[in-house]
Amino acid sequence: MTSTTEPTEPLSVEQLSATTLLRFATAGSVDDGKSTLVGRLLHDSKSILTDQLEAVERVSAGRGQDTPDLALLTDGLRAEREQGITIDVAYRYFATARRRFILADTPGHVQYTRNMVTGASTADLAVVLVDARNGVIEQTRRHAAVAALLRVPHVVLAVNKMDLVAYEETVFAAIAEEFTAYASELGVPEITAIPISALAGDNVVEPSANMDWYGGPTVLEHLETVPVSHDLAHCHARLPVQYVIRPQTAEHPDYRGYAGQIAAGTFRVGESVTVLPSGRTSKVAGIDLLGTPVDVAWTPQSVTLLLEDDVDISRGDLLVPSKDAPPTTQDVEATVCHVADEPLTVGHRVLLKHGTRTVKAIVKDIPSRLTLDDLSLHPHPGRLVANDIGRVKIRTAEPLPLDAYADSRRTGAFILIDPADGTTLTAGMVGESFAAPQPVAADADADGWDF
Amino acid sequence: MTTVASVTGDTDSSPYALSHLDALESEAVHIFREVAGEFERPVILFSGGKDSIVMLHLALKAFAPAAIPFTLLHVDTGHNFPEVLAYRDRTVEEHGLRLHVASVQDYIDRGVLRERPDGTRNPLQTLPLTEKIQAERFDAVFGGGRRDEEKARAKERVFSLRDEFSQWDPRRQRPELWQLYNGRHAPGEHVRVFPLSNWTELDVWQYIAREGIELPDIYFAHERDVFQRSNMWLTAGEWGGPKDGETVETRLVRYRTVGDMSCTGAVDSEATTLDAVIAEIAASRLTERGATRADDKMSEAAMEDRKREGYF
Repeated sequence: MTSTTEPTEPLSVEQLSATTLLRFATAGSVDDGKSTLVGRLLHDSKSILTDQLEAVERVSAGRGQDTPDLALLTDGLRAEREQGITIDVAYRYFATARRRFILADTPGHVQYTRNMVTGASTADLAVVLVDARNGVIEQTRRHAAVAALLRVPHVVLAVNKMDLVAYEETVFAAIAEEFTAYASELGVPEITAIPISALAGDNVVEPSANMDWYGGPTVLEHLETVPVSHDLAHCHARLPVQYVIRPQTAEHPDYRGYAGQIAAGTFRVGESVTVLPSGRTSKVAGIDLLGTPVDVAWTPQSVTLLLEDDVDISRGDLLVPSKDAPPTTQDVEATVCHVADEPLTVGHRVLLKHGTRTVKAIVKDIPSRLTLDDLSLHPHPGRLVANDIGRVKIRTAEPLPLDAYADSRRTGAFILIDPADGTTLTAGMVGESFAAPQPVAADADADGWDF
Repeated sequence: MTTVASVTGDTDSSPYALSHLDALESEAVHIFREVAGEFERPVILFSGGKDSIVMLHLALKAFAPAAIPFTLLHVDTGHNFPEVLAYRDRTVEEHGLRLHVASVQDYIDRGVLRERPDGTRNPLQTLPLTEKIQAERFDAVFGGGRRDEEKARAKERVFSLRDEFSQWDPRRQRPELWQLYNGRHAPGEHVRVFPLSNWTELDVWQYIAREGIELPDIYFAHERDVFQRSNMWLTAGEWGGPKDGETVETRLVRYRTVGDMSCTGAVDSEATTLDAVIAEIAASRLTERGATRADDKMSEAAMEDRKREGYF
């Protein structure tokens, strides 16, 4: 199996127009060689262009460095360049003949858990980097836990710096085995371990000549071929209504369309649908796919649904198949990652945004805080600070149709917002934390790894 | 356009696979509808350049068969290409839209802004833009910025909060999770919204080709009187060129980006069709800004500084 990527060969117009899109996230620290890996993926897929390289060379030379510092390609803000750190999620774009990629490049420092959560929230795949010399460390376990919490469907373990361990298969095998056991236990559905040297280029884009014992794909080959869409036939269908389209023109006097992006599953013309939270029902009379009438539409298409009856529907409502409606509730139990600098406390009055609906809510209880290092639970922390992961109970002012995050990443997710200044406080996932058995409670409250 | 995503060259044989253009289109439409649902006075920055043309096309699709619930705003530097202004006015007319114009020339005439010695007016756009936003009380401002354009933009949010001075504080940005965009803002603040955040230059061109969108002629190869400055072909004109030692010649060129005449360079090209343009871009070894924008090269942090001050 060889990659179709030829950095020197421009892709034809036809080749470029018919590829799918993969969103993936990287987790790992600068020390693991993440910048080098990202730099090489961008460089070898012809996504770093002459002027960008020249700029990097200019700045590197100005600092007295002999070789271009690839980290400069990926560190965008002045504060970061001066401090030599990465303080935020950056998005990068590249393409091969097979696929277009959106990479959420997240820093690996412990205090930036929230950035990893952010990057992983939209990712179909996460690349976790480890240094072959260090193996699975606390940080690796944290990265695996975040990928598991966010239910990222595919995880790649990139065992980097194989050149520094003499390309030894046993070193790789031991790390792969340990990581796979750990991540499987957390419920990560698919794990692919790849031995690489980002610096030397082994198994990133080109297959390695130094590791004959490895028969699997390179990182890029895997990114190009991993499935990005799944069989939706058995998924719950969900359409959060964003906007009601009513032209009220001579040409369209009675057109009333419910516009939104299908958050999960498929919708068909003729199907019975229920409007939540009101519970009213109707049938799908037509589906308008951005100007084209279609019989069936699926996630993540943006559509306009037309119904047979004149039902009272507005922004914030959820359209679902009548035979598969979620329960509505005002009591939300969820795993959350706190992303704001101000802590979240019991009794906190907040706004909760779920799908297209924003409602008033109050934090009733914070039963536990989770330490990602060892998955120990700390009962009743009273508050969550930035980068904390914990369980919360929330009471909402209005009933919400909630799915478990495990069943539907889009309709099982919510954010908490500060009503005073609009700050995004917390990322929430409805239901159980992990697909795996629940972690055990710790005897004593150990030191957290947050600030 | 396509009702069934036909994907070739991809191993994803699922009937539910979307092409990357369909996925990006769907995401952008979602962003437009989200703003329509949550804001009172949204406006689209429309320059008649390709990115804003694609934005408008997406907005029209998002609300069809109804009219778009937004007005348009153009920050006119006074040094715009006549072909582009003509396109702008034609488009506004055709779709029955309302256009606001903030004019840099007005500010210079009133003595509020001063012409820069290098004649470039791009940095002068910030004040007219922010004052227009305040005067019209726009609460959401759509921009065509893409994260692939420049390093500071790689960290930009889809919904980017600005204070009453339109300032962008990279450390005060809200994390953006899933597709749950947070548009809450205080009175006087507004949100810049970037529906094309995840698009690349090539995506934009492919989409233009797929949708059959008409562009101003200057995007295709044509004969033009140009002179060389800072390694770019600039259009000769009253705005400030050529100067001593610069000579005008007639060349076959096209524009990759369209902005202020003083800092937007043309590239040598024989591409007269969309397919030819796309083939050239796919083979290009320069980013569109690197090839054509003098203003971003001023300093390593040029874009970051202008964004902080309220630039697009």
